[in-house]
Amino acid sequence: METKKSVIEELRQENLKPSLPEFGIGDTIQVDVRIIEGGKERIQAFTGTVIARNGGGISESVTLRRVSHGQGVERVIPLHSPRIASFKRIRQGSVRRAKLYYLRDQVGNAATVKEKRQR
Amino acid sequence: MKKGLLGKKLGMTHVYTETGVMVPVTAIELGPCPVLDLRTQAKDGYSAVQLGFGSRKVKNVSKAVLGHLAKADLAANPPAVIREMRMDSDPTCAIGDQLSADIFAANEFVDVVGHSKGKGFSGVVRRYNFAGGRASHGGAWTRRTGSIGMCAAPGKVYKGRKMPGHMGNERCTVQNLLVVEVRPEKNLLLVKGAIPGPTGGMVIVRNAVKK
Repeated sequence: METKKSVIEELRQENLKPSLPEFGIGDTIQVDVRIIEGGKERIQAFTGTVIARNGGGISESVTLRRVSHGQGVERVIPLHSPRIASFKRIRQGSVRRAKLYYLRDQVGNAATVKEKRQR
Repeated sequence: MKKGLLGKKLGMTHVYTETGVMVPVTAIELGPCPVLDLRTQAKDGYSAVQLGFGSRKVKNVSKAVLGHLAKADLAANPPAVIREMRMDSDPTCAIGDQLSADIFAANEFVDVVGHSKGKGFSGVVRRYNFAGGRASHGGAWTRRTGSIGMCAAPGKVYKGRKMPGHMGNERCTVQNLLVVEVRPEKNLLLVKGAIPGPTGGMVIVRNAVKK
């Protein structure tokens, strides 16, 4: 049975990216998404706060939230998708929770995450 | 042309297409299946091949079956399961041949037959999606069956009435699943979507009837 388990494990490993940049909940990250439009490929950046990190291995994803023109926008990014060209951490946040869904109900300055103090 | 093979469900994962679309797939270990016997129109009145899959210890196989397997020279290495696969016309393969996953190709459609996971004795809400009663306002009738028929006419409960009982662990076919990828060297078949049964369960994969 063990050898058979490894077949499906191998299959999952094939689609994994070799390494992911380090980031945590509450950080602000910029994701470069590949977009194919009329046969042409271009890269669109999406910047947002990590409010949740879900799944593991091949199915790991993050939920990014930003407020754009007064409208809250959330985007779920599958980390190992080939459409995600790259992503990097812009700002490190200081939070005490793993899921920041409470940010959805906050307005103004309360809807921002405090920056982690560097010592 | 009809074709089919025996396999084992390995579990689910997902793969990405070239354009980056995520596709949920089930991995099936498909074959290799030795041909154990042939059924022909002239001899049996129908056309089929008898296939084997997996392996079993010789001591766990009856001598009658071992004698039958000797025709395919497999008496020392008996398969775990033996099934017949119906064909349109008399099979062209010979006893002792090995059929592998390369009879299927990517982007064709298949039907997958398996035994669904057993759910035990289940009520009507789970088994037939009955609505049940209300939970609040004094509802003391939450997950019950309700009326099962009329009064003196007809004076009986109609056959086929949906009632609580055993659910699952029955033969189940999922039709028209897309083959995403075939790897004959690893006996691996990836189909889009879910298939019946637990991981490790035996499945039959055959070309789609309705495509």
